[in-house]
Amino acid sequence: MDLTFAEEDEAFRAELRDFLAEALPRELAEKVRLSQPLKKADYDGWHAKLNARGWLAPNWPKRFGGAEWGAVRRYIFEEECAMANAPRIVPFGLSMLGPVLQKFGSEAQQAHWLPRVLSGEDWWAQGYSEPGAGSDLAALRTRAVRDGDHYIVNGQKTWTTLGQYANMMFCLVRTDPDAKKQEGISFLLIDMTAPGVEVRPITLIDGSVEVNEVWLTDVRVPVENLVGEENKGWTYAKYLLTHERTNIAGVGFSRAGLDAVKRIAQRVQMRGRPLIENSHFAARVAQVEIDLMAMATTNLRIVSKAAAGQAPGLESSLLKIKGTQIRQEITDLARRAVGPHAMPFASEAIEGTNMTLPDPFDAGNVTGAYFNNRKLSIFGGSNEIQREIFAKHMMRDAT
Amino acid sequence: MNFDLTDEQRMLQDTLRKALATASDPWAALAELGVIGALFDEETGGFGGTGFDIALVFEELGRADVFLSMIDRALVPGLLLTAAGHDIADVIAGTEKLAWAHGELGARYDLDWVETRAVGDAISGQKTVVVGAEDADSILVTARHAGAANDQAGIGLWRVASDAAGLSLHGYDIAQGGRAAELTLENTPGEPLSPEAFDALSLAVAAATLAQMAETLGAMETVAAMTQDYLKTRKQFGRPIGSFQVLAHRLADMMLEVEQARSAVNLAAGHLHDAPVQRDLHISAAKNLIGRAGRMIAEEAIQMHGGIGMTEEYALGRFAKRIIMADHRFGDTDHHLERFIALRA
Repeated sequence: MDLTFAEEDEAFRAELRDFLAEALPRELAEKVRLSQPLKKADYDGWHAKLNARGWLAPNWPKRFGGAEWGAVRRYIFEEECAMANAPRIVPFGLSMLGPVLQKFGSEAQQAHWLPRVLSGEDWWAQGYSEPGAGSDLAALRTRAVRDGDHYIVNGQKTWTTLGQYANMMFCLVRTDPDAKKQEGISFLLIDMTAPGVEVRPITLIDGSVEVNEVWLTDVRVPVENLVGEENKGWTYAKYLLTHERTNIAGVGFSRAGLDAVKRIAQRVQMRGRPLIENSHFAARVAQVEIDLMAMATTNLRIVSKAAAGQAPGLESSLLKIKGTQIRQEITDLARRAVGPHAMPFASEAIEGTNMTLPDPFDAGNVTGAYFNNRKLSIFGGSNEIQREIFAKHMMRDAT
Repeated sequence: MNFDLTDEQRMLQDTLRKALATASDPWAALAELGVIGALFDEETGGFGGTGFDIALVFEELGRADVFLSMIDRALVPGLLLTAAGHDIADVIAGTEKLAWAHGELGARYDLDWVETRAVGDAISGQKTVVVGAEDADSILVTARHAGAANDQAGIGLWRVASDAAGLSLHGYDIAQGGRAAELTLENTPGEPLSPEAFDALSLAVAAATLAQMAETLGAMETVAAMTQDYLKTRKQFGRPIGSFQVLAHRLADMMLEVEQARSAVNLAAGHLHDAPVQRDLHISAAKNLIGRAGRMIAEEAIQMHGGIGMTEEYALGRFAKRIIMADHRFGDTDHHLERFIALRA
């Protein structure tokens, strides 16, 4: 048993810190720290800097332009980027579609789409959930019917994150309505600028506009945009979901969040003393920190196994649950810390809204972040679904 | 012992519920119906004023999908003016537009922390998160004319006209609905109302806390009912999601907390006019419980609704915001836990 990182990993961490200090624009990091909404240009700019360094696709093989890092290095990368308040790497093209195309796509598809993901020429959206297919994703009803060398697609997708920026969407569609529900699904790449695609923004309770409905009406999709085989889309979707979950624990986000809470609680005054000295508040912070220390180690145990070549399976469900619980608890603490100053509220959705809210503790949008992060336990397979996966496995031999 | 409403209270409840469900201008409708009078006793021109009357009105406000700052525009100013010997007929009629400014940056939730200074009747300082300040014709402002920042003695009350010299406002939306403002006063002239206002302020804020708790209870009831409906009607995996035992049990836990919250509000209401220690002990007990129960219910309701529970379009989110934000007014769960411990000692 050895709890330290190898020397070359620590050297990598130092190199990464230098890079972040130099390449990450200060204003951008401030926006992230203050939970302010990021625009397409913010993401594109950061992606371009990472891409120039060869670090935009840590998990991709080198032959596709990735860094091809192992699990340990990826963990360090995710942690350091989060701690530096770098924007998250938008995962749809890089962590989701990329691995699917690399494993199941044709050579032509790989050659065409993968470089465009790295260059930022395409912004991908995920077309999975539907109004009637949330936790029960396989109940999806969006229909694709073959018509010569095209599919005609009709249906509705929802919760499409940052779909307003996307020009392409990978989409699960039903191609065989008579098959068992998992068996009639195909994986299509849809041009969102094509006729019949309509994106309608959904405003969330924190006032953010980051998810969308996508309506598909007689959208013509060329058959060469089918990934893999027809009616095998569920297999690819499941593969994609395991990639979606590699950084599911969000240790770096939690560490950054906890730092922010402590910083705020130094500035907030209570009876003439910093809030952090109040025993009730300090106890709340300590409780989360203790949980996070253990969870970070759980995460490293799983990272180590992955580095040794064992694919994470059930552990990713465990990390999703615990990781999101901790992240949500931290957003609760930040909101709690600022006291009455949690009330000022600005909505991105309201034109001309007064965005210059009073922020006496330099805390940023803590209330918005609290409400927004309720999503963590809902998306990517809700925590209930994760528990179900775990429970089913444990009970698999029960009679 | 009797936990039933009187016939008059039941009528008031029905009237309120109907008006809130249908009125296009709820404030005007409630004022017209004389509902504000229920918050004040007969001596001051009202017809209620007990803790139970206040709780009844605000529970209905909380149940409805509207945000009215009745606490800040009517309840607290009315009680402060009454204590200062002023007539509040216009407050009860709903025609006088008032706000009250007490909270300060260094105070967090402590009522006795006042750094704003009064020299004669000229007030200087900053007041924070003043609800409804922009709409008010005049604002009741506390300031210190004597003592250290956290002395209970030396806090006086003034009425400041909204167009008074040296008064500036920075307004913004607040998460529960409505608006608030940061106030800066620079030698701003005020009409003196009371040289020692702390006791009156304590009672007014106790009443406001009760009102806030009752409103939160109403919102919690609505949210629990919406979740119950959703679990019955939303189908996944070919069946209503409420048929999954794990979700049904969580709903049962929510309902249990709603009942706890109702009892906490009842208890606090019954002690509103006790001596200060008994009053504040019960208010703190209830506010701590409601803070905890409210968070659990708001978060569980959103979780069990899934994404739809997070959308601005669906009413659940508005109720959840009101419930969560209630913990940021008049002291949060930790503040009231500490005060409960101190008062019990």
